Amino acid sequence: MSRSKKNFINNLITYGIVIAAFLICQLALSGSIDGFKMSRSLKGQLIPICVYIVMAVSLNLTVGISGELSLGHAGFMSVGAFSGIIMSTWLASRFQMENEAVRLILSLITGGIFAGIAGVLIGIPVLRLRGDYLAIVTLAFGEIIRNVLNCLYFSIDEGRLYMNFNNPNLPGRIIYNGPAGATGVDKISTFVMGFALVLFTLFVVLNLINSRSGRAIMAIRDARVAAESVGINVTKYKMMAFVTSAVLGGMAGALYGLNISSVTAAKFKFDTSILVLVFVVLGGIGNIRGSIIAATLLTILPEMLRAFSDYRMLVYAVVLIAVMLATNSPFLASRLNAVKARFARKAKNGKEGNAA
Amino acid sequence: MVSLLSHLLNGISLGSVYAIIALGYTMVYGIAKMLNFAHGDVIMIGAYITFSAVHGWNMPPVLAVVISMVVCTVLGVLIEGLAYKPLRQATSLAVLITAIGMSYLLQNIALLVWGANPKSFPSVIDLQSISLLNGQLIISAEAIITVLANIVIMIALTLFTSKTKMGKSMRGVSEDKGAAQLMGINVNLTISVTFAIGSALAAIAGVLLCSTYPVLMPTTGSMPGIKAFTAAVFGGIGSIPGAMLGGILLGVIEILGKAYVSTELSDALVFGVLIIVLLVKPTGLLGSKAHEKV
Repeated sequence: MSRSKKNFINNLITYGIVIAAFLICQLALSGSIDGFKMSRSLKGQLIPICVYIVMAVSLNLTVGISGELSLGHAGFMSVGAFSGIIMSTWLASRFQMENEAVRLILSLITGGIFAGIAGVLIGIPVLRLRGDYLAIVTLAFGEIIRNVLNCLYFSIDEGRLYMNFNNPNLPGRIIYNGPAGATGVDKISTFVMGFALVLFTLFVVLNLINSRSGRAIMAIRDARVAAESVGINVTKYKMMAFVTSAVLGGMAGALYGLNISSVTAAKFKFDTSILVLVFVVLGGIGNIRGSIIAATLLTILPEMLRAFSDYRMLVYAVVLIAVMLATNSPFLASRLNAVKARFARKAKNGKEGNAA
Repeated sequence: MVSLLSHLLNGISLGSVYAIIALGYTMVYGIAKMLNFAHGDVIMIGAYITFSAVHGWNMPPVLAVVISMVVCTVLGVLIEGLAYKPLRQATSLAVLITAIGMSYLLQNIALLVWGANPKSFPSVIDLQSISLLNGQLIISAEAIITVLANIVIMIALTLFTSKTKMGKSMRGVSEDKGAAQLMGINVNLTISVTFAIGSALAAIAGVLLCSTYPVLMPTTGSMPGIKAFTAAVFGGIGSIPGAMLGGILLGVIEILGKAYVSTELSDALVFGVLIIVLLVKPTGLLGSKAHEKV
C-alpha cells in the first residue's frame, strides 16, 4: 500500500472514531434506549472533554509534529477564553444578539484570532531558541500572559467596551475584573459545538500534517540543518505550526470559558499546560489519535476516581513516570523485545508444526 | 533613598535563596544535560522535614537542618537512580517529562503526609535583626544568614570543583561524557554525587526560603523552583558563578518590581527580562557558546 493511501485510511479511522463516539453520546443523552443513559457527572464532562481533545491535538502539533517543547499552551487557552467571553458579552449587549449558536461561533473565532496574535508575538522570539531554552521561554510567556491578565479590567456600558490597565474604575458593568476574573458569563457552549470544534481541529491538523508544509515541518524536526540545506524556510514553517497550534488552543479556550459561569486567570496556570502535555505524551508524541484517546480517558478518569480523589494526582504522576520509563529505557525496551521475539518464534514454530 | 536601600537588601537576600536553588539546577544541567524539574519540590520536602523535626520532635534547629539535608540528599540520589538513570540515552523531552512527573509525585506525597493546609513555618534563625541609620534601615537576621550562607556555599563549591578529584571529574564529565569515561572517570558515580550535592543545597535553600517567607504548602517549591531555574538560565546554565549572578539579579529585579512597578506584574517583569537576555545572548550572561555539530 502506498504511503499516502495508508495515511488516508488512518485519518478516516480517526474521524470515524470521533464521529462514532459523538453518536453514542447523543444516543445516551437522548435516553431513547432503556438502561443506556449518561450519568449527570459524565454529562458535565462532555464539553471539557472536547476542550481538552482540541488542546491536546493542537499541542501535539507543536510538540510532536514540529518537535518544539512548549510549556505555555495554557497561556493561549486563557487568551482565547477571555477574548471569547468578552466578545460574547459584547455581542449580546451591543446587538442584542439572541442566537446563541452564532454568538458562540463568533466568540470561538475571536478567541482563535487573539490567541493567534499572541502566538505570532511569542513565536518570533521563541522560535529563535532551541531545545530546553525554548521550553523555558514558552513557560515564561505562559506566566507573563497570566500576570498581565491579572492586571486587565474590562467593562461594558451601553454597548461600548471599556478597557483599563491596573485600575478597576470603569463605567458600566464590569465583565472582566483582574485577579477576580470574568464572572456572570453566559454559558452558551454546547456539546454539539464542541464536537464541531474537534472535527475542525482534526481537519486542520491532519491536513496540515499530510501536506507539503507538514512534510517540511517534520523534516525540520528530524534534521534541521539538512532541511535548511535543501531550501526549506525553517522560520516560516516553525511559525506556521506554532501559530496554528495557538489559534486552535485559543478556540478551545473560548469554548472552555463560555462553559462555566466564572473563570479566573489562575485556572490557566503552568499546571494546565503540563496536564495537556501529559495527554500528548501518554497518547504518543506525534500521534493525533493517541492524543484524542488520552485526553478523553484522562478527563473522565478523575471523575471515575472520585472515591480516591486524594490519590488521583499521585496515580497520575506514577503512571506518567512509568510510561516514560517503559517507552524510553533501553533496558526495558530490550527486555520487551526479547519477549516479543520469543512469542514470534513460538508462533512460527507452531505454524510450521501445523504445516508438517 | 533608605527605602531603596532596604528593597535592594531584601532583593539580595531573596536572590541569594534563588542562587542556592539555581546551583542545584545548573550543576545537574551541566553534568547530566537535563532539566531537573523536581528540584523545586526537593526544596519543599526539605522545608517540611525541618518543620516536622522542629515542631513534631522538638529538635534544635541546627540538628533539624542537618537531618533535612541528609534526607534530601538520599532523596535526590534515589530520584536520580530510579527515574533518570534508565533514561541516560533517551531524548531530552522524555527526561524532562519524567522530571515533571517526579515533581508531581513529590508534591502529592507531601500532600498526603502533611496535608493541604498551609503550615506556618517557624524561623529557625533565632537572632536579633540589625538596625541601622537610627532604626530607619532594619536588616533581618534571616537576610544576613541567607547572604552569608550563599557566600560560603559559593566559595566551597568553587574550591570543590577546582581542587578535589571528584570536583575535577565533574568538570570533566560536563565537558565530554564519553572522553571522561575513557579517562577512567566513573560517570554514573559523578552524576549521583552531583545530584546529592544539589539536593543537600536544596534542603538549605528550603529552610532559608521558609524562614523569610513563612508559609509552607506542598506547592511552596514550585514557583521558587521555576524562578531559580530562570535564574540559572539567566546567568548561563551550567556555570556556577552564572547561577550566583543570575539568582541575585533576579531577586533584586523581583523585589524592585514589586516595590516600584506593580505587585501583580513583578513575575512578568522577571520573565520578561529573562526573555530579553536570551534573545540578546542565547546562552545566558556567563554561559559559554556551544558549537553545533552538523
